[in-house]
Amino acid sequence: MRVHVLAFARLRELLDAAERSLELPTGARAGEAWAALVRACPALEGEASTTRFARNGRLVAFDEPLADGDELALLPPVGGG
Amino acid sequence: MFRIARDAVDARALEAILRDGDGGFVTFVGIVRGRGDDGRAVRGLSYEAYEPLAHAAFEEIASEARERFGDVRIAIVHRIGDLLVGEIAVAVAAAAAHRAEAFAACAYAVDELKRRAPIWKKEAYLDGASQWCENLQ
Repeated sequence: MRVHVLAFARLRELLDAAERSLELPTGARAGEAWAALVRACPALEGEASTTRFARNGRLVAFDEPLADGDELALLPPVGGG
Repeated sequence: MFRIARDAVDARALEAILRDGDGGFVTFVGIVRGRGDDGRAVRGLSYEAYEPLAHAAFEEIASEARERFGDVRIAIVHRIGDLLVGEIAVAVAAAAAHRAEAFAACAYAVDELKRRAPIWKKEAYLDGASQWCENLQ
């Protein structure tokens, strides 16, 4: 299945892309998407503990199951205001 | 009124939330400071947002403010893109019948926005360096 990844701020810079398409085994979870990204982009290593995930615009846990066509956003610690 | 703005923010526009029964209107306007927290001279800021989730967060915060403080209306407008020192980064307003609820709701909305809205800030310094800034939890 294919998942559309969005990366913001610091994570966008580390990934060197604001968006990326990711091919994953059916039934993969958010954490597996993250692991695949870290393999492709080792600069992300060490960011997991401060990264939150949003699936289709809603915050989800690391073990959230993903579906084909999902949008998975990677959110570093916020700094608004 | 909840908005992510790409152009200059007009804080007066937040008065649109006022209703006939309102007797108190509190506005917080956050402005780009000329110094970083470490004292370095700032040239400007760059903000980005995950817009669908930012909107949802603004609406959720306003809904929580109503649960806590009663009949209050909240407006939140946050700028994104490149900003210069002195420009408005964020405007938050609360309108209510009386000042106590308006003050409390505005402070709550600002605090929660900083804590959890998916918005990120990068400071660019006059010396050419830049860095992402995290709000303290």
